Amino acid sequence: MRTLFYILQKEFTQIFRNKSMLPIIFVMPLVQMLILVFAATNELKQVDLALVDYDHSASSRNLIHEISGNPFFKVVTGLNNSQEAEDLLMRNKVNLALVIPKEFDKELTTLKRTEVQVLVDAINGNAAQLSLAYLSNVIGAYSQKVLIKPIKPEFRQAKTIEIKSTYWFNPELNYKFYMAPGILVVLITVVGMLLGGMNLVREKELGTIEQINVTPIKKWQFIAGKLLPFLIIGLFDLAFGLLLAKLAFNIPLRGSLLLLFSLAAVYLILVLSWGLFISTISDTQQQATFVSFFSLIVFILMSGLFTPVESMPQWAQNLDFINPLFYFVKIMRSVLLKGSNFIDIVNEFAALSAFAISMFSLAIFRYRKTS
Amino acid sequence: MISNEAVITVKNMMKRFGTFVANDNLNFEVYKGEIFGFIGANGAGKTTAIRILCGLSTPTSGEMSVAGYDIYHQTEKIKKNIGYMSQKFSLYEDLTVAENIRFFGGVYGMKISDRKARTEEMLERLDLMAFKNRKIGDLPLGWKQKLAFSIAILHNPKIVFLDEPTGGVDPITRRQFWNLIYEAVQKGITVFVTTHYMDEAEYCDRVSIMSEGRIVALDTPENLKKQYNAINMDEVFLKIAR
Amino acid sequence: MKRFLAFLRKEFLHIFRDPRTLVILFGIPIAQLLLFGFVLTNEVRNVKIAVVDHSRDYLSIRLTQQLVSSGFFQVAATPTSESEYEGLFRSGKVKEIVIFEPNFASRLVNENKADIQLIADASEPNTAQLVVNYTTAITNNFVKTEFRKEQKQPGINIKARMLFNEDMLDSYNFIPGLIAVILMLISAMMTAITITREKESGTMEILLASPLKPIQIILGKVTPYMILSIVNALVVLLIGYFVFNVPIIGSLALLLAEILLFIFLALSLGILISTFATNQVTALAISGFVLMLPSILLSGFIFPVKNMPAPLEFISNFIPPRWFIEINRTVMLKGGGLAEVWPNTLILLGMSALFIAISIRKFKIRLQ
Repeated sequence: MRTLFYILQKEFTQIFRNKSMLPIIFVMPLVQMLILVFAATNELKQVDLALVDYDHSASSRNLIHEISGNPFFKVVTGLNNSQEAEDLLMRNKVNLALVIPKEFDKELTTLKRTEVQVLVDAINGNAAQLSLAYLSNVIGAYSQKVLIKPIKPEFRQAKTIEIKSTYWFNPELNYKFYMAPGILVVLITVVGMLLGGMNLVREKELGTIEQINVTPIKKWQFIAGKLLPFLIIGLFDLAFGLLLAKLAFNIPLRGSLLLLFSLAAVYLILVLSWGLFISTISDTQQQATFVSFFSLIVFILMSGLFTPVESMPQWAQNLDFINPLFYFVKIMRSVLLKGSNFIDIVNEFAALSAFAISMFSLAIFRYRKTS
Repeated sequence: MISNEAVITVKNMMKRFGTFVANDNLNFEVYKGEIFGFIGANGAGKTTAIRILCGLSTPTSGEMSVAGYDIYHQTEKIKKNIGYMSQKFSLYEDLTVAENIRFFGGVYGMKISDRKARTEEMLERLDLMAFKNRKIGDLPLGWKQKLAFSIAILHNPKIVFLDEPTGGVDPITRRQFWNLIYEAVQKGITVFVTTHYMDEAEYCDRVSIMSEGRIVALDTPENLKKQYNAINMDEVFLKIAR
Repeated sequence: MKRFLAFLRKEFLHIFRDPRTLVILFGIPIAQLLLFGFVLTNEVRNVKIAVVDHSRDYLSIRLTQQLVSSGFFQVAATPTSESEYEGLFRSGKVKEIVIFEPNFASRLVNENKADIQLIADASEPNTAQLVVNYTTAITNNFVKTEFRKEQKQPGINIKARMLFNEDMLDSYNFIPGLIAVILMLISAMMTAITITREKESGTMEILLASPLKPIQIILGKVTPYMILSIVNALVVLLIGYFVFNVPIIGSLALLLAEILLFIFLALSLGILISTFATNQVTALAISGFVLMLPSILLSGFIFPVKNMPAPLEFISNFIPPRWFIEINRTVMLKGGGLAEVWPNTLILLGMSALFIAISIRKFKIRLQ
């Protein structure tokens, strides 16, 4: 135990002496969280819409007025034909184009039915669908307003199922509530894995590890000594990050923070052991970063951080069984946003603990004092 | 001071890296309290042998014991009883003198009072008291090496292994360094040292000359000079190498 | 020239001798292609829902079956009391609860109107929205097919044409972007690290002392990565075309020229970073945090630039991949030509010139 104390004392002294390390540990993650959470959003802020009016009638002007009044649409008018609209779409100037045909007013007043054409830049399918849905809503509201009086009795017979939807835990569908916990997971993972892992390889490169290896230090003491400082730093980062997320985005903190931090500790032990394991099999910092970088990219993308895990093919979902980020992203979101308790996430906890213990043992096993 | 009690015994030590034979059938004993030198050109296998004896590397075959412990099964016990100073300078450059001493003393499980007393005595001896709180990286190489040696024997090991300890320092510092070695021997520490400076070979009680992984000669410097009819070790070495 | 060729051969040997570098050079692009192509999608599939049927009549049962047979939903729970709802969400067992009111069928048949209540787990807002939209669409469709005698609805019908990506495939969105990200990784990051390594290990001094001209040294360092970049870009284009059916509607020659321009830009950016970084770790940190993350997140690769708040949208103007991804999408998917992409091309050219100018300045100062 005393030996471990001396190792920790040394590690902390070294970390805090390195001036360039402090911003990497404390400032960069927080700045990144702010930027990334704002950037990583599928919420549409505004859509550029080209309007082509072949009708030039009172009705078409009213519809255009209705759409222009909606702050969601930034409207481009004064186009002569739909060719010009397509050209704007081609040059990425607009995302949507609404073409109002010649007989619009006439059909609407006499037949009560008419048609408009919408051209959508569908390269980003998600955004295309959402913006089309917004435009449909506006047009639908307009037609309701125009047609509400003269509605004929046979239309009223149409059978409808009224759908009332409620959104729990995040009624305003705030995308930041969803991203902030996930981004925090990535940040503490990167800090833990890269810095923790790098630290051991650095001793190899400098040769100081030889001096350690001729001492009677036990293998587990050395690995634990490398792991604990970054565990503490990781938990600090998490605390700062949560505070910042609370202040900047007002994310809810529904569940128990004690539970959250205990699970974060288990998770960090796993991530750090994984970083240390990589460094026990690498000779240079460059190799270690490359391998860490590669596994991080794959694990982050598959974790469900950006896209739902359920949508992934079965084989990929099966692979997620060994993805630490998958479990912890889920835990963070559940505990913070839904107030999940220990029983709710016991499976994730069990998986993380099992992996943490095995990875820690593996790192100790792979660390050789004798080559 | 030299007894005939062997603290290191090596029988048929072999070390191969693939097809390359780094140590070819080495046999020798090192006695308690002596300065035992390993002399040879770069690549003769000196470092490989010293790394095996310190438990940093496993031999391919052979029987070896250090401080009475078996090299295959009792490496951790060996480590408690030895000190090691590698060819590559290996104290922590970003820690101060005092911090390095505290760390290594702590790792060897020294009592705090012992450590403090020894540190005091050592810094006094090296005239480094004023630099106690300087970072190692800021000190000149010669000082660093004297410090590294003193830290390697801080916990009073039975044997200290020095792998080319004086590489790259000036003759005066080398002389001072050897004074430190003699003082350690006075305290009963056995010294195992490798070098390729032939004048240093003269300071050893016994030297073993290595070439291409083999021990080609092993005796006191006096006897070797007589045997090869040479005025100094340099000549001995050149004659053997030829 | 002979000297230069010998030097070039040495550089290639460096790359091909280190398997770990090769893994990065080819493994990351391929892994990203596979992940983006097969794994990552926002589409809703196999979403677990709970059904609470207070009615249990032929219509509510049929609609439930319809939800399941659509392939979007799986019924994972049938809670009997409201108190169970929250637990189901908290443990992540379901994402949506569908609640049928009592007398569902009889109300629909007799009163023409029946209610369904949906509760969605909005801790994942995007999925929640999509799940509710899909449920609504399936329900509306269900009414239409069950009671098909109804005549046309009044109102304004919207005829939407999905341009450039009729089936709204994800691959159309990511392949053009992935080319930019991969080129950034290989050209810029690897160049930065390899030159910095040479500096750190001191071999740069030896090279500078040799009869090779500095420009030859830099060229020798970047040529292998340039060739690898071209190979990687072509591989992504080919896989995009043959595996993910992403077309190249515009001029292939123009596309290749733009890719070359971007490789040139990325290489000069890599050289620029190496003039600043004194060791590999710094080069890595700069490349990773200043280069890679913005290239992925602020370039419009995954998240449209337009969705970002104004300050970030402003920053994105300074991120080269933003302009390059736009070019790729325009040329590949929209069939655009130089008439459409010349502003972006000029921006990329300007950026490259700037990076080269600063590098040369920094390099000269160091040599003095």
